Amino acid sequence: MDTTVVKTSAENKRWGGGTEPLNTSYGKMMMWFFITSDALTFAGFLAAYGFSRFKFADIWPIADNVFTHVPFIHGNYPMIFVAFMTFILIMSSVTMVLAVDAGHHMNKAKVTIYMFLTILGGLIFVGSQAYEWTTFIKGEYGAVATNGGNILHILDGDGNQVALKDFAIAQNRDREQHESKKGVWFTSEGVLPNYTFDEVLAGFEANPDLVVRTTYASGEGHKTILSRSESLKEIQTKGSTVVEGANLRHNEYGPPLFANYFFFITGFHGFHVSVGILLNIIIFFNVLVGTYEKRGSYEMVEKVGLYWHFVDLVWVFVFTFFYLV
Amino acid sequence: MAAEAHKLEIFRGLIKFKSNTQKIWGVLIFLSLVTAIEVALGIFKPEILLVEVLGMKALNWIFIILTVVKAYYITWDFMHMRDETASLRRMVVWTSVFLIAYLVFILLQEGGYIEQVFRRGFVKSDF
Repeated sequence: MDTTVVKTSAENKRWGGGTEPLNTSYGKMMMWFFITSDALTFAGFLAAYGFSRFKFADIWPIADNVFTHVPFIHGNYPMIFVAFMTFILIMSSVTMVLAVDAGHHMNKAKVTIYMFLTILGGLIFVGSQAYEWTTFIKGEYGAVATNGGNILHILDGDGNQVALKDFAIAQNRDREQHESKKGVWFTSEGVLPNYTFDEVLAGFEANPDLVVRTTYASGEGHKTILSRSESLKEIQTKGSTVVEGANLRHNEYGPPLFANYFFFITGFHGFHVSVGILLNIIIFFNVLVGTYEKRGSYEMVEKVGLYWHFVDLVWVFVFTFFYLV
Repeated sequence: MAAEAHKLEIFRGLIKFKSNTQKIWGVLIFLSLVTAIEVALGIFKPEILLVEVLGMKALNWIFIILTVVKAYYITWDFMHMRDETASLRRMVVWTSVFLIAYLVFILLQEGGYIEQVFRRGFVKSDF
């Protein structure tokens, strides 16, 4: 165990392992280098996201129209929930750094409490992310996709988005989901949307106050809203399918790439948080059984703390580029 | 590392804390404040900040700068970068800052170019 405590008998021998290069222990320095490389990985993802966003500057969805949900409350509240998530993660970073500080003072009781709070914060964050994913995948309103793959949202006269189920009119259907047991056994398809395009079109034509919001931006961070006659023409000539919710191929918010990046980047970050929670739990139990007390140093808490802060750091950037900018 | 080894000043010595614990809470308050400003700007989107500055909306520049400020304080005070030797700090920070800035510049440049190609009608997607 002595090797992890850093102080060895080879003190003052420059090449014997006694001198710490950069005044840091081996473990801490390697954690810093791992963090550097992991930061480059995340930077790669976020830069790729920026690339696609610049490429599709006009048709990229506006975050305020996508992430509007708060648990247990109905209505349109952009930003609130994700701000809460950010705060939870910063808070758990604070309890982590307090645990590290208590470790420097060899205060086992305090380290225990703060590690516990950190784990709790991490779990709340991952839970919130699960909620965010669920609402994103389920979708709320549904949309019409054009032949070219653009997304058309349906709005009422006041400019509020309307769900397809509120106006679609049932029609005869000659199409049902193909499952492998019903036809050729080696092919099948995913769940069909609840409404066909014809039903949505019939409903749209029957409700004279409905209009279309296109996927194209009209300058100042808004999407173009068409007049009633233009809307009718748009949906009749270009509309082709109905999209409900989001998966890797279609999403009701905008280009499929948007959902792909959302799943990939927040998913990769969520994976990091989960690993962090796992490491924190291991450290927590080590603190409980007194491993670091016996070792005479709480440096392990500090190393895992570095990783945990890094996860928080990445979230700060994800928050900015997915929700704010 | 002993507790005394922490540097307890932030904002270039404008605020000096009495203990490390106090500094942690101080930084938390600062970070929460910055996040609150970001969220408020994100919800209300003031008209004056929607003008273009250097190819991007002023509001977006503000968001990005505030993000970097937050990242600085998380790294320097929560990860104790302030207390590490200058060489370790430079190894970690300069490497990532240089590589990330380079990558972001290249990719955004290319993305903007492809957008121009689309916009000039060489590729049709609205049908």
